[in-house]
Amino acid sequence: MELATFTDIQKLRKQFPILHQQVNGYPLVYLDNAATTQKPLSVINAIDDYYKRYNANIHRGAHHLANIATEAFEEVRSKTKSFLNASETSEIIFTSGTTDAINLVAQTWGRKNLQPGDEILVSMLEHHSNIVPWQLIAEEKGASLKVIPLTGSGEWDLSAIDSLLSSKTKLVAVNHVSNALGTINPIKTLIDKAHAIGAMILIDGAQAVAHFPVDVRALDCDFYCYSAHKMFGPTGTGVLYGKKELLEAMPPYRGGGEMISSVSFEKTTYNELPHKFEAGTPNIEGVIAMGAALDFIHSLDWSAMEQHEQELLSYATDKLSAISGLRIYGTAQHKVGVISFLVGDLHPYDVGTLLDKQGVAVRTGHHCTEPLWNFCKVTGSVRISFSVYNTIEEVDAFIAALHKTLSILK
Amino acid sequence: MFTDWMEKYEYIIELGKDLPLIDERYKVDENLIRGCQSRVWLYAERMESGRIHFTADSDAIITKGLVALVIRVLGDQKPGDISEADLHFVKDVGLHEHLSPTRSNGLASMIKQMKMYGLAYAQK
Repeated sequence: MELATFTDIQKLRKQFPILHQQVNGYPLVYLDNAATTQKPLSVINAIDDYYKRYNANIHRGAHHLANIATEAFEEVRSKTKSFLNASETSEIIFTSGTTDAINLVAQTWGRKNLQPGDEILVSMLEHHSNIVPWQLIAEEKGASLKVIPLTGSGEWDLSAIDSLLSSKTKLVAVNHVSNALGTINPIKTLIDKAHAIGAMILIDGAQAVAHFPVDVRALDCDFYCYSAHKMFGPTGTGVLYGKKELLEAMPPYRGGGEMISSVSFEKTTYNELPHKFEAGTPNIEGVIAMGAALDFIHSLDWSAMEQHEQELLSYATDKLSAISGLRIYGTAQHKVGVISFLVGDLHPYDVGTLLDKQGVAVRTGHHCTEPLWNFCKVTGSVRISFSVYNTIEEVDAFIAALHKTLSILK
Repeated sequence: MFTDWMEKYEYIIELGKDLPLIDERYKVDENLIRGCQSRVWLYAERMESGRIHFTADSDAIITKGLVALVIRVLGDQKPGDISEADLHFVKDVGLHEHLSPTRSNGLASMIKQMKMYGLAYAQK
């Protein structure tokens, strides 16, 4: 496969209007893609088009606009099914994002299945969104959390996993890719181990889906979730994939319109999947724009993009490693384009503030992974994260800005 | 006031070096102002003159400089003057972006806390 060339990337960047601006008098260098990616014109236009041409409430109207909107909305479910290689569209639940999806599983599957003494296994790499929902339901049910420890390179300590999995383990909930360190976790190994002892497994794919293809059937995970906004789509939408037999056995979560079959004061019956879990008018324009984001992703040459991102990662890693006193957190063998670092005893906030003054957008702080940073014995890091539209020239601009920053702070 | 951003930040960082530092024994959670990223500790004591003396510290040096700047203005003033103070100067020197409540350096919360001290002592 051809490596993505400079011209390809420039052509790609033209699709992202936001990238072409000056920030504080410098060209914007956007390196906070793990927080949210920017949106191509096709996604922005999809929202515009929906409101200009066919805004209507879906699934119930008998009129023309309602039919077009319903069709457009449900078409995204089919596209999502193909995107994840799920078996059926009924396995695709639209949520407001990853956090919402995890809470849904915790409050439905968890409420129904967890018993006192049961254990939920997470890892030290989890985002707070994949810790707190489990703590809430565990506290209510008398269950507890167990934690997969890490090695010094920021990878799961696989030798510890077997002793952490037992007949008490009812659910394993881990991320596919670490948002703070970029580690790509060996989830297939863990999925097989979890199933071998009869536990269910949920994968938080928020940081994975914009970087490489995901096949839920090949993985055989029970639940998989992600947010649209980290994969070129709008905020406020996301996906929960669940195996049909699991979703069918789960009680409804929120009550309201859409999720019912019939309502009376004596007895209410619930709608079928996937609507059972989609109470109320959904984020219609968000879901439709998420469909446009999927089309955008399909238009990319995945293997060329993966190669491009790996090139950015290794180039930036080399440049950063050459800076005296700079420490990189997370040196796993398999990483997406994420680098967390600290320089000497400089506070990440100081570094981030002065990078921003030079047009470079990075993330600073704990990145919603406080347990991980406690383990690293620091309070957080400066994090850069790449997307397909970033360039080697931008890495050079970032490195130059970092040198200037360090000269001011030291 | 400043010709470029570098000069401005170098000046802020310099200011931080003159910050009246909080005594280590007061550097406790009770005196911690919670911002999202950098931490600020603030301690207030009433002098014999009736004026309020502030001491503080931060783990980020830019925040430390900004804290020093605010203490320069609000420190060693009468309680009523502190609670009523107009911090327009911050805007004038082009630092207002740091004071918006949405900024994560805790500075807006710190000023609010200082004014609360002013108000509390004014009523005593």
